[in-house]
Amino acid sequence: CVGDLDTTPIDPNTISGANVFDDPSNYTKALAKLYGGYVVTGQQGPAGQGDIGGIDEGASQYIRRYWELQQLPTDETINGWADGNLPKLSYMTWGSNNEFISALYSRIFYQISICNEFIRNTNGVDITVDGISTQEMNREARFLRAYSYWHALDLFGNGIPFTTEADGVGKFLPQPAGTLGGSELFNYISSELRAIEGDLVAPAPGQESGRANKAAAWMLLSRLYLNAEAYGLSAKYDSALIYTNKVLNEGGYSLVTDNQGSQYTAYQTLFLADNHTSGSEIIWSHNENGLRSKSFGGCTYLTHAAIGGSMNASEFGVNGGWGGNRSMKTLTGTLQFKSADDRNLVYTDGQQEEINDPTQFTEGYAIAKFRNMTRAGVAGSDPTGDVVDIDFIVFRLAEAYLNYAELAARQVPGASVSQSRIYMDALYDRANVPDADKLSPTELNSVESLIKYERSRELYWEGVRRTDLIRLGQFTGGQYVWQFKGGDKDGVSTPSTYNVCPIPSSDLGANPNLKQNPGY
Amino acid sequence: GTVVDENGDTLPGVAVLVKGTTKGGTTDFDGKFKVTLADGEDVLVVSYIGYKSQEIVVGTSTNIDVAMEVDAEQLEEVVVIGYGSVKKEDATGSVQAITASDFNQGAITSPQDLLNGKVAGVQMTSSGGAPGAGSTIRIRGGSSLSASNDPLIVIDGVPIDNEGVSGMQNPLNTVNPNDIETFTVLKDASATAIYGSRASNGVILITTKKGSSGKLKIDYAGNVSVATVPKTVDVLNTNQFKDMVNKRYPGQTNVTDLIGTNDTDWQNEVLGSAVSTDHNVSVSGSVKDVLPFRASVGYTYNDGILNTSHLDRTTASLGLTPKLLDDHLSINVNAKFMNVKNQFADNGAIGSALGYDPTQQPKDPADVYKRFDGYHTWIDQGTNNPITIASANPVALLEQKDNSATVNRFIGNAQFDYKFHFLPELKANLNLGYDYSNSDGRTLVPPTAAFAFATQGDYSPYKQTKKNELLDFTLQYTKDLTSIDSRIDIMGGYSWQHFWREEYSYSNNFANDQDPPRQPERTFRTESYIVSFFGRLNYTFKDRYLFTATVRNDGTSRFSPDTRWGLFPALAFAWNMKKEGFLANSDVVSGLKLRLGYGITGQQNINNGDYPYLPTYTSSQNTADYEFYLPDGTPYYSTTLRPSGYDANIKWEETTTYNIGVDYGFLNDKITGTVDFYQRYTKDLLNVIPVPAGSNLTNQLLTNVGDLENKGVEFSINYKAISTSDLHWDLGFNVTYNENKITKLTQVNDPGYKGVFTGGIAGGTGNTIQIHSEGYPASSFFVYEQVYDANGNPLEGVYVDQNQDGLINDDDKVRKEDPAPNVYMGITSKMTYKNWDFSFAGRWNFGNYVYNNVASNNGYLNGIYTSTGGGYLSNRHADILTTGFNDAQYFSDYYVQNASFFRLDNIMLGYNFTNLKNGALNLRVYGTVNNVFVVTPYKGLDPEISGGIDNDVYPRPRTFLVGVNVGF
Repeated sequence: CVGDLDTTPIDPNTISGANVFDDPSNYTKALAKLYGGYVVTGQQGPAGQGDIGGIDEGASQYIRRYWELQQLPTDETINGWADGNLPKLSYMTWGSNNEFISALYSRIFYQISICNEFIRNTNGVDITVDGISTQEMNREARFLRAYSYWHALDLFGNGIPFTTEADGVGKFLPQPAGTLGGSELFNYISSELRAIEGDLVAPAPGQESGRANKAAAWMLLSRLYLNAEAYGLSAKYDSALIYTNKVLNEGGYSLVTDNQGSQYTAYQTLFLADNHTSGSEIIWSHNENGLRSKSFGGCTYLTHAAIGGSMNASEFGVNGGWGGNRSMKTLTGTLQFKSADDRNLVYTDGQQEEINDPTQFTEGYAIAKFRNMTRAGVAGSDPTGDVVDIDFIVFRLAEAYLNYAELAARQVPGASVSQSRIYMDALYDRANVPDADKLSPTELNSVESLIKYERSRELYWEGVRRTDLIRLGQFTGGQYVWQFKGGDKDGVSTPSTYNVCPIPSSDLGANPNLKQNPGY
Repeated sequence: GTVVDENGDTLPGVAVLVKGTTKGGTTDFDGKFKVTLADGEDVLVVSYIGYKSQEIVVGTSTNIDVAMEVDAEQLEEVVVIGYGSVKKEDATGSVQAITASDFNQGAITSPQDLLNGKVAGVQMTSSGGAPGAGSTIRIRGGSSLSASNDPLIVIDGVPIDNEGVSGMQNPLNTVNPNDIETFTVLKDASATAIYGSRASNGVILITTKKGSSGKLKIDYAGNVSVATVPKTVDVLNTNQFKDMVNKRYPGQTNVTDLIGTNDTDWQNEVLGSAVSTDHNVSVSGSVKDVLPFRASVGYTYNDGILNTSHLDRTTASLGLTPKLLDDHLSINVNAKFMNVKNQFADNGAIGSALGYDPTQQPKDPADVYKRFDGYHTWIDQGTNNPITIASANPVALLEQKDNSATVNRFIGNAQFDYKFHFLPELKANLNLGYDYSNSDGRTLVPPTAAFAFATQGDYSPYKQTKKNELLDFTLQYTKDLTSIDSRIDIMGGYSWQHFWREEYSYSNNFANDQDPPRQPERTFRTESYIVSFFGRLNYTFKDRYLFTATVRNDGTSRFSPDTRWGLFPALAFAWNMKKEGFLANSDVVSGLKLRLGYGITGQQNINNGDYPYLPTYTSSQNTADYEFYLPDGTPYYSTTLRPSGYDANIKWEETTTYNIGVDYGFLNDKITGTVDFYQRYTKDLLNVIPVPAGSNLTNQLLTNVGDLENKGVEFSINYKAISTSDLHWDLGFNVTYNENKITKLTQVNDPGYKGVFTGGIAGGTGNTIQIHSEGYPASSFFVYEQVYDANGNPLEGVYVDQNQDGLINDDDKVRKEDPAPNVYMGITSKMTYKNWDFSFAGRWNFGNYVYNNVASNNGYLNGIYTSTGGGYLSNRHADILTTGFNDAQYFSDYYVQNASFFRLDNIMLGYNFTNLKNGALNLRVYGTVNNVFVVTPYKGLDPEISGGIDNDVYPRPRTFLVGVNVGF
């Protein structure tokens, strides 16, 4: 009976890799996993059969990890949980053993690996399944891979391990893309996006399916080029303008200015349970659902973790608060919001603005931006109030406006301050800010003012802050400090080391081809 | 006539037959028999187990007295080894057998308790005091990190898989302790290698009691016991708690108004004495002298000291041992059936009881609690619903959560041993085994339970079916080669085993009407095969030089065709020095044997599923789909298909063992014992390591990377201190020293690699307290070194800056102590005086450390009040009065505490009534106390914690028991 040893899986939910694509419908399911990788943490939901190990599955969620690293070290957010080395993200004192940074790194490369696997399996395959051709799917997978590579570049720099579909699966040691400050990864991402951009589906403002379209690729290119200098390369603002303009002029998107009779403002409807039908502003989002696509990360985390103290969880459509994330006076102080402003969603009841003890939720004002309520005021679909329906917005039109304004302030040929005035006024009008408090000409011409204040007013807590502050040159160093920066109550200067995260020591241990980023 | 034994006492039950017929009978209680003989019938065969059979020529006598002689050969101790048995004096490996008469007694539902502390090198740690709780069994330390460290357990020749059965905490519970005849522990590789790929962590062979020819015998054993709570955790009492809140939040009425008016000892509310009882009846004998049998039934009713925990167990067993074809064919049929009904209590109630506000009461008559069936709970002042992150009312957790399971299990085998008619030296043995279990359990929580309010209650059924089929075939040839003063014993065999299991799980709200359910119905199926060829050669020269060579070639379906076959050889040599001229006549030395052993064993139970080498894709449950939208905004959900990471080259862990041992006996075996020195090296250690990012479809992968070693010494001594006709006193003592060290852990030599973080703790998310790292024992604690003030109190947040860089971070953590004891000892004493007997058994562990997670997670002031949801209060560990910590200091070595201990496991006093009904009835009455006392410096509840992290452990009860054994 030696032949008995040749077994294949008998589990109804497991398919042998050798013949998985004998069934063409598995192409769409495998593609859905690539999108789902940003939302769900495993195959069970909200936890169970996790994709990655070494960390609590709920806390391993891609956007939760990404958001924390983009927000907690900045002037907008602080978190007081005693979870291992989590406070060190808020204090900007992390090391190469930080498990939360490792988990994000793992998530990013996990995502890249499954994209590679899918691209490998669809290269040269051209059939149509459920109305979508496998070639179209292949290009979407390439977009998602470029998107995650951009996360890797922005957070960890050019020295990260680089693999494509040409590499197999198994015991090999990937080579780094290059050295820190080099251009290899940047060039790869930009060339990939430019190569596929034309073949992605056209934008469908207000009717987004959740799949990556042309405008998503333009937005990513806009971000990539806008930040070129932060990656140690020469400025590429011209290119940034090209793709920003494509979004603005060819996308057909418009700001959400109509709250459709809701009790919430138009701005707020972007962060509600039914935000996918809020209007035509959202370019691409990671879609979450309280019943069918469940995790303890993403907007579920953003909603629960922001609730504490005297906040009434039922007004947020969830069953309770996790008492974690608050803002700091650098966000909530008069500095940021000039007057009545719909975007000012600060909660102060029972909270004090000054933070003495970061572990206490009541210190630092709370933020009431994400609500698992529909425009009609009904809680999301999960009757238990655990998981929310809010889609996490990756790109929305307002960001393109702000990118344009910044490029104009940078005096990039082709970008005009007068056009920038129109865009900025539109954001202020949408927020019902009195005309007197709209941007002054000085502010409109100041890169610092636009990045430091305008982007924060519009995009705070949306997971872009770290990148913005680095581009401004005020993330590290002593020019701009906020509470608990560097671990000090009043904030201290920090070394520029922290502009990039360390390559996790676990990966340096596993792959001797890699080199640690300087300073770690 | 009358039959008497070697002392001249009459012997009942002796078979007296007319030679060549089945005519005759057995002796009565006075040893008398009567046979009527026909013409020509003049020879009687008189036989009795343990005695030499005699043929008596009757002649003309009408009264015949027979004196039986002890059969030295039959009495000679035989130990079972894998696929056979050897005379104890011929054993070459490190093997120790414990028979029923040596077992610990009383209040026992778990078979492993029978031999706890009895065997050097074997360490057992029960997982807590729950009814039917399992134990962690370690033989000579673990040889793996991530793979299983459990020994292989073989019940009547059927290797069972010890991956556990759903709804049952202890796979060994299948066997009723009363049915067990012997435990044999195979420790070194020369003994275990015959089990090849499953033998790295030792083998425990269990044989059950069998029927014997002779008179029908009925035995009854029963007992009643009371389990009591030995100790509770020291938390703030009500007044201390109120003072603490008032002092910390002076004038803050939003906090102080939360204080209630009651005085509740929550631990008292969830723990209490429990009564249990256990009954067994067995019948043994022989049907017409050709079909010896033994049948038994048992029933156990076991209440736990954590309220609502309960176990009901019914067992039945049948053993048939007929011999056919002129004794050439021996058949051995065993069937064991068990039905267990478990009522599990939520262990979380233990932790909740520590932290629940003592000024509240379990049931509060206030209106606001009516919708929670009156149980007090912390209400969110905004939503008016329970605060989701506040701890649950411990009494509600017990009384509103119904978690029960029923398990049926059958283990049976039929063994056919055939001695060839034309060649009696050659024997063939066929063993067919079947192990089947079926579990059916569910959790049910009503929507009125505050702790399940958010999910609208809970309904979570689960099912499991397991099958394990076995076929073994061996041929054995034994021959005395007198011409060269040698004896050979060659055995070769084939084994096939198939493991299959199916699991079902589901989870929804109480009414089961939420759509889609919280977890959709899910069926999981898996299987694996092991196919093996093996052989053993025993060669004996001059009766005193013994050689054993063993080899097993194992194939497992868990590895790829390239790596699935493993060859596991072993060699052993033993020199029975007592038989040499220079010792043969010694009065001092009554036994002396030197044993040398070497062998390689493997490990294929790698805790990573049955297909770790295959690329597979896994579908999502419909709660882990991805949401897309149609143009009108209508969502649709796509199942996702995930490619899983895999290691195509994964293979066996291999452990090489060297063993030197001496078995000794002095003064006519008044003193006996053994000494063993061993070294075990595990290579290709399986470890979950980070894979180079980008190279696989996961971030961590179980792969063969490390090396690990265990070195140790075992010593045991048994001393017959007093041996007179009225008074006997036997003392046993064993001690083991074991040193465990990881010698390699990564593929790439990386000085910066700290190791594998392990040992998750309560408090925060994802915090771990232990590490596997090179040069240190497995699961060493990885902590900051606490700095203390002049009075010896810990200074909050002040730790030794090991690298003096001015920062306290991971680089300042040190590896400090580990949970495994360096030295452990067992002591047993058994004294009999006339009809009385008195025994006790105890254990010491030295050098085992425990992380006191109970204190670290409840011992900081800030946790007394949490503002979320309008605020709630939590009680604190009394340790706070010493430390005064404001914030949690999870990683302080202050909480890594010495947990060395001496535990008196068991004392027993018994009385045997003799000569009842002229000897037709045996009656024994006894009383025992289990877990009598513990002496330890450990500051927590109980120092014996498997894995070394003390949190929510079900307290081990102190049990008082009276029992009776009756034999007819």
